[in-house]
Amino acid sequence: MDVLLSPSGGKQHLLLGNEAIVRGALEAGVAFATCYPGTPSSEIPDTLYRLRKSHPDKVKYYFEYSTNEKVALECAAGAAAAGLKTLCTMKHVGLNVAADPLMTLAYVGTNAGMVILSADDPSLFSSQNEQDNRYYARQSGLPMLEPAGPAQAKEMIKYGFDISEQLKTPVLLRTTTRVNHAREAVPFAKLAPVKTKAKFSKAPMQYVTVPAVSRNLHLRLLRIQNQLRGISEQSPFNTISGRGSWGVVTSGVSANYVQDAVADLGAKGKIKVLTLGMSWPLPEKKIARFLKSVKKVLVVEELEPILEEALRAIAQENGIKVPIVGKLKGQVPAKSVDLEPPVFFSRAFEYTPRLVRQAMADCFGLKAAAKPELSLADMPAPPGRPPNLCAGCPHRATYYAVKQLLGDEAIYPSDIGCYTLGLLPPIKAADYLICMGSSVSSAGGFSRATDQKVVSFIGDSTFFHSGITGLVNAVHNNHNFTLVILDNGTTAMTGHQPHPGVNTQAIGDSTTHIPLEPLIRGLGVQHVTTIKPLKVRSSMKAIEEAVAYKGVSVVISQELCPLFARRVAPRTRKPFQVVEAKCKRHMDCINKVACPAMYVESGQAKINAQQCIGCALCAQICPENAILPVRD
Amino acid sequence: MSTQRIVFVGVGGQGNLLASNLLGQAALEAGRHVVVSEIHGMAQRGGVVESAVLLGEATSPIVSNGEADVLVAFEPVEALRLLPKANKDTLVITNTRPLPPFTVAIGMAPYPEPEKSVAYLQKKLKKVVAFDGQDLAEKALNPLSLNMVMLGALFASAKLPIPVKTMKKVIRSQTKKRFVESNLKAFDLGFQAAA
Repeated sequence: MDVLLSPSGGKQHLLLGNEAIVRGALEAGVAFATCYPGTPSSEIPDTLYRLRKSHPDKVKYYFEYSTNEKVALECAAGAAAAGLKTLCTMKHVGLNVAADPLMTLAYVGTNAGMVILSADDPSLFSSQNEQDNRYYARQSGLPMLEPAGPAQAKEMIKYGFDISEQLKTPVLLRTTTRVNHAREAVPFAKLAPVKTKAKFSKAPMQYVTVPAVSRNLHLRLLRIQNQLRGISEQSPFNTISGRGSWGVVTSGVSANYVQDAVADLGAKGKIKVLTLGMSWPLPEKKIARFLKSVKKVLVVEELEPILEEALRAIAQENGIKVPIVGKLKGQVPAKSVDLEPPVFFSRAFEYTPRLVRQAMADCFGLKAAAKPELSLADMPAPPGRPPNLCAGCPHRATYYAVKQLLGDEAIYPSDIGCYTLGLLPPIKAADYLICMGSSVSSAGGFSRATDQKVVSFIGDSTFFHSGITGLVNAVHNNHNFTLVILDNGTTAMTGHQPHPGVNTQAIGDSTTHIPLEPLIRGLGVQHVTTIKPLKVRSSMKAIEEAVAYKGVSVVISQELCPLFARRVAPRTRKPFQVVEAKCKRHMDCINKVACPAMYVESGQAKINAQQCIGCALCAQICPENAILPVRD
Repeated sequence: MSTQRIVFVGVGGQGNLLASNLLGQAALEAGRHVVVSEIHGMAQRGGVVESAVLLGEATSPIVSNGEADVLVAFEPVEALRLLPKANKDTLVITNTRPLPPFTVAIGMAPYPEPEKSVAYLQKKLKKVVAFDGQDLAEKALNPLSLNMVMLGALFASAKLPIPVKTMKKVIRSQTKKRFVESNLKAFDLGFQAAA
């Protein structure tokens, strides 16, 4: 049996933050869970899905991958209104999608415990921005918890369910990448029994948010916030540790950096630390007492200066004159974090232990003993290793066909998924991207505003997530562009999660498969073609016709993600080789497709047979027909 | 007890996340405080994958520049790329078998000769362990066992507060059954190469 389902407590296990969150939800007796996957949150739903599949007799909760975060939150809201303990998870930008239900769900409240998890991504390891979702707690009036690591995350989600149950209000749990993707020893407690069915008690004057109802509900929310302030003052996660006349206020993963820095600086007895695990509403009285008790305060928080500004307000209200130091106003790091971490507290990028130690030393006049970094000016430059489309990835073939036809002249709005990697040379087929679904809607803007051809790219999962409404808009408003749906039959980027377009039989799920082509025809698109992108010539012909069509045309480029296919529908195709006697070194195979299975040795293009999966794209574009299957 | 900071770096598919996870499990098994951190996501499409294991008192899950005690590189230019994490006392263990990125294949950048990379490491650092780990993985009849080779070399060359037999026990219980024997063989070959 999977250790996460172990019914008894007592032992500790090394868990990923996201696994610890799942264990916490199970220990709380979660009955209903929804999500849209997204790094760094994906292992939470993936673990829930995996456990349900592998242990159908042991798992009591309902789980679904919803089509997007708004849908996930609304579905979860229904279950929580009915009375089931509910978890809803997403990445930080997902909460933007779910912000509409979030704001009014805060008014309506729940009838059972409900935790909404937002996984933020400081330093943008795999996101389009590094927004600070702590603002959503302040915006919605919902309480927020911020764990410092996996073990605390497990405790906090249980605490979150308790508060939620007590006040009938959803609770936000905000993690960051370094919590989701850290591993540490997590002590287990017993699993709680699960209430799997509820009966909804109608109360339209509470649940139907017409203005007259919502006016009262807003007052309800404000009353709950008053109660939450009391809870925050007493919260076991708002703690003061150590002694001293200097103060540090911190929350989230930074609490670890502060704790290590106090030890490394030999500052025990000099610095006391206020850690705000329940970061909204703030324990204002506790903070005021803390501010009064120290001579100087440093605020250690990644991203926006939210605590810092709140501390200044609390100090002003209480007539406390203590200096409060944090972000340096207006200072911007000289380089992006990929090159070097910032050397002061910036609003950009994650913090590091060394940065926090140095800032604490500077603030309090201590000496930080740091080993000098190496001088590496004379280092042989390592070649870039950006992530790349896999060998045999069908997106490469689709991009090749479109680029052969339209070159660099057309505008290529792109979207969020593996195919965004088509940004890089030599493919260069991504010109604009702001969020999921923007490929479809922005294409209308580009095509109206310019006389350029517009071909936008979106993945199948992203299309179901937020491409459909944009496509309806485009048809209705008579826009003129071609949408290419890169249908690889899975949600590849985040780890092959199912979505409505997935062949559910192949993966053994009992969910319902919604094929793309009839859906798109149903939306009113007149010109729809489905192509097999690894057949280059016929694909190019179909794309040419679609692009020539005046109005909205859709090309569904259908071929399984090879990583996914290896699992669900293994095929054996022979790898290819370059027949050197025939090769005249045009280098099209190298220069136009950049397949990771291809390399150049002494001017000769070659194929690594270990990596080649036999997609035959390069064989079809070789002007000398010099690329052939490896003979036995 | 002070903290030992070990950083693993490799290329997507080389299995360094499994190596750091198993080392973390072995540390827990040996009763040591341990924190592991990983970077998932975009890195998996043939990009650089980094993970860290901190053994000892530290609670921070990541290693700052200049502060790694050990760097374990699964690929020679990745050892160079991660060098900002090192200081002059850092032990670097590197596989010397190149895995050139596609930027090299399409002529965007040259690939430094592995011998030159190793020579550079030796110029900057006191302790460098460099060997063809992929060759040993192949000798163990499991080309995917480079991560076990590198773990073996780590145990041979760094003074870890974890008994080798504990590490092997974790490999035995946590890796796929049909690979256990070749994994243990790879671990031993890596250990011998670095001893």
